[in-house]
Amino acid sequence: MAEENKVKLHGMWASPYVKRVEIALKIKGIPYELVEEDLVNKSQLLLQYNPVHKKVPVLIHNGKSICESLVILEYIDETWKNGPPLLPQDPYKRAKVRFWTSFVEKELLENVLLVVRSEGEAQEKAIKVVFEKLNLLEEGLKDLFQGETHHIDGENMGILDIFLCSLFGAHKAQEEVLGVKFIDPEKFPLLSSWLTASTEVAVVKALQPSHEKLVMVYQFLRQKALQPSAAEVEVKEGVYVSSLSRSSAF
Amino acid sequence: MEEVKLIGTWPSPFSYRVIWALKLKGIPYEYIEEDLSNKSPMLLQHNPLHKKIPVLVHGGKPICESAVILQYIEDMWPQNPLLPNDPHERAVARFWVQFAENKVPCIWRLFRTTGGEEQEKAKKESMEMLRALEEHGLRDKNFFGGDKIGIADLAFGQVAHWLEMIEDLVGVKLIEAHTFPHLHAWTKNFKQVPTIKENLPDYGEMLMYFKRARDNFLASRGPGM
Repeated sequence: MAEENKVKLHGMWASPYVKRVEIALKIKGIPYELVEEDLVNKSQLLLQYNPVHKKVPVLIHNGKSICESLVILEYIDETWKNGPPLLPQDPYKRAKVRFWTSFVEKELLENVLLVVRSEGEAQEKAIKVVFEKLNLLEEGLKDLFQGETHHIDGENMGILDIFLCSLFGAHKAQEEVLGVKFIDPEKFPLLSSWLTASTEVAVVKALQPSHEKLVMVYQFLRQKALQPSAAEVEVKEGVYVSSLSRSSAF
Repeated sequence: MEEVKLIGTWPSPFSYRVIWALKLKGIPYEYIEEDLSNKSPMLLQHNPLHKKIPVLVHGGKPICESAVILQYIEDMWPQNPLLPNDPHERAVARFWVQFAENKVPCIWRLFRTTGGEEQEKAKKESMEMLRALEEHGLRDKNFFGGDKIGIADLAFGQVAHWLEMIEDLVGVKLIEAHTFPHLHAWTKNFKQVPTIKENLPDYGEMLMYFKRARDNFLASRGPGM
């Protein structure tokens, strides 16, 4: 492949934002080079390619950078039309998908992070908010799917599936560290079956870090918020958890 | 073409984003002014989740969230495009729309301050945000969209017109010609574009409305804050 056509992704293994982009690239069958960033010691390239936010993920294509995971996903969808579409064709359906993706990002993710970073009464309150948001999402999905069953497989994953997956793919680790099961199948049957289908997709499974690593990430984030002085976790072989220490949400 | 309705409020920059997009593309629509202190059944039916404006209703189907509405308008009516053709440039435009969503709200935090550490923090965040627009967003272009306005310019409309009102009410000056030369010029140029110029809330009326809103907010917060 000519140098300029090469696709590079600057990322970090624990980042769910980076995961979204990797899933999209793999679904579309786009070969790419992953550049693992040490977020404590950000590379010159990263600072050059994302001067505004200095964050991962950053996609490099034809020598130009694209930042922000949702923007990258839309770019991928528009540039590589051969693979399965990440967004529906119909403008109204596209609007609904964009609306709910924004909801997952702004209202669900923010509150899940709040649960991670709090304890006691504050945490109970945050958990309650997450359940309220999940309720709204469950209702929203009923409207979005309109009675049709939403099939997910390697051929049919869209941006909303990807965003949801990047948040709740680590649900087992979340359960272990936080002691709460967010996507309860009895409370949220649609979300639950959707999540199960998403996380079973071969591409998603292959990209998922091990349960142990995910537990470590969540423990670290929690410890960092609750006991900042004790936040330096031992660096295990090949696991750069300490690089999480100076990054806010990666 | 199916009927287009816009539910909005006259002081809201988010309402105006949609008005500008519709007018730039020459799409006829019915405007419905909402009273947010007494929300209409129509609003509650079309935006049950957030109960906020703007809401675009096209052929009876609602679309909520101004950034989502702008993309919908662009997808639905490709004439006079708000996004460039080139995929990378489109990504850049979308990046700035997202920046507007995530970072510009700091000016409204500034709006709610009276002084002290809270105001200093909000002012600092606002200046950083404006610096990013000046140095990375606009650089030496006339508009965020290049030679003509695009989706990012519409998203930053708050900075062109509503920020001046915030500066007046809070008593701080953020955008000056010598500190932010390109951005300062942009605020003038943006408002000279005929469609924008003809569709802006009257500055005096806006000032009065937001002064009242700010006074009410500060009074409800109570003393010692």
